[in-house]
Amino acid sequence: MIEFLLPFQYDFFIKGILVSVLLGGICGLAGVYIILRGLSYVGHGLSHAAFGGAIVGNIAGMNYYVGAIIWSYLASFVIYEISKRNKIKPDAAIGLVTTAIFAFGVLLVSMTNRYTRNFESLLFGNILAITEQDLYIIVSVTILSGAFFFLLHKRLVFSFFDNESAKISGIKTSYIELLFSFVLATIIIVSMSSIGVTLLASVIVGPAISARMLSNNFSNVVFLSIVIGCVASFSGMYASFFLDSSSGPTIVMFITLAFGITAIYALIKKIFHTHSHGGISHSHPHIHTDEHRHEHTPR
Amino acid sequence: MGSFEYLKITGLSYGFAYHTFVIEGVNLTIPKGRFVSIVGPSGSGKTTLLKLLCGIYEPWSGDIEYICNDCDSIFYYPSVGYVPQIETIDWNFPVSVQEVIAMGSWNYKSYLPWIDKKLKNQIKDVLKMLGLSGYEKRHIRALSGGEQQRVFLGRALIRNPDVLILDEPTTGLDYVSREKIFDILKTLNNSGITIILSTHDITHIANRSPWVICFNKYVIAEGSPQHVLKEDNLLKTYGLADYRIK
Repeated sequence: MIEFLLPFQYDFFIKGILVSVLLGGICGLAGVYIILRGLSYVGHGLSHAAFGGAIVGNIAGMNYYVGAIIWSYLASFVIYEISKRNKIKPDAAIGLVTTAIFAFGVLLVSMTNRYTRNFESLLFGNILAITEQDLYIIVSVTILSGAFFFLLHKRLVFSFFDNESAKISGIKTSYIELLFSFVLATIIIVSMSSIGVTLLASVIVGPAISARMLSNNFSNVVFLSIVIGCVASFSGMYASFFLDSSSGPTIVMFITLAFGITAIYALIKKIFHTHSHGGISHSHPHIHTDEHRHEHTPR
Repeated sequence: MGSFEYLKITGLSYGFAYHTFVIEGVNLTIPKGRFVSIVGPSGSGKTTLLKLLCGIYEPWSGDIEYICNDCDSIFYYPSVGYVPQIETIDWNFPVSVQEVIAMGSWNYKSYLPWIDKKLKNQIKDVLKMLGLSGYEKRHIRALSGGEQQRVFLGRALIRNPDVLILDEPTTGLDYVSREKIFDILKTLNNSGITIILSTHDITHIANRSPWVICFNKYVIAEGSPQHVLKEDNLLKTYGLADYRIK
């Protein structure tokens, strides 16, 4: 068989590729709304809360998904309620609430001596250990979350852009934001066992900030973020086979690489962007002094 | 369904910290079609009053009633267009002029994420009226202050409002841009829209606004600029002993 098709003869790899592309896409989509809401830290925070919940659930003899859902929804609700009251910003609320829940989980592990390999795979991810059941859950969550963002796009954008005016227009901004944080928590929970608590923030925020540097158009940012998320996840997963490396960190490296490339591209585009003065449209290196003027660099 | 007749505010009070009133005992009646400018210093409660009128805040006490002439329901609420202070806007948000204006109609109407053809045509008409034809695809950051202000005015207008509420629409604008905004507001007012705005710009409203309210926590005086913008009222409003209208 041709060498580059070699990984595809393994079922576990095909499943891994499918999961990584699905998660890369849905995290890329959710990431755009997260960065525009100013909640970049939420992926990191909620994944820690879900980890704490998974441990508590496990110790209580429940499926880890059940514990993770209860705790991360609770964390989302508490963060929402704290930050709604304005005195405390969402990032501070995320830092406190999610770390406390994470610490509680670690505390229980240390007290009960029930540290297992499963917890380690939650921390660092193990995409190749995905079961059939996990795959079905990931596919379902991807479809439902995609539908949520598709149908509530307008309301989310208006609420995040200008919350007060959105309220006046009749949008129930409180419900929209709470629902958004629950959807986010769900995406994070299903991503946790594949990508890992410690690596998830990059998969959520990385594609979105890369896409944001390439476009000022919301639809384009969403499209590019999904594409970057899918391509970087596929590439990372595929490369991990040949590099014999862990898939989660390799995916994160590819997302970081995508960010580096887009940052350089955006810089070059900014320096050389086409503009016109003297009635002639042209392009050459120049420095922007503010939004509307620029000075030519000396030749 | 009836049409908006007048706005009645009775004993309105509101504050942020316990027992600290930002506005207190406000009584006002604003009939349909009036062009009202509310003047007062920073921190006098102008923005709070406008947000109460829009329903963003719930009054601590008192009533805000939008009365209609032939309504069946006591729960009548007119279409209100709100233009916020543009200093509060995140200009890096990736939205175009067309999307910002379309937001004005993004409530219950549609769950599809794109802007339909009918709305695009309405936006074109609004932009033409605002002197911004051809600006649909521009990013909001790539506009001048006056143009940005007009875009947000367009977002309020796409709702076909009975009442238009503007929070400091001329702050930070040059003379020509301020004149343009007032020209547009005058045209809208002539078409029957009730306009309520807040401003620091006394000189401009003295010339352009037919009805002025001096406001500092409560209504100090109201009437035509000639009758209201007098030394004693301004002294009470601004608390400046040496203030004179030039």
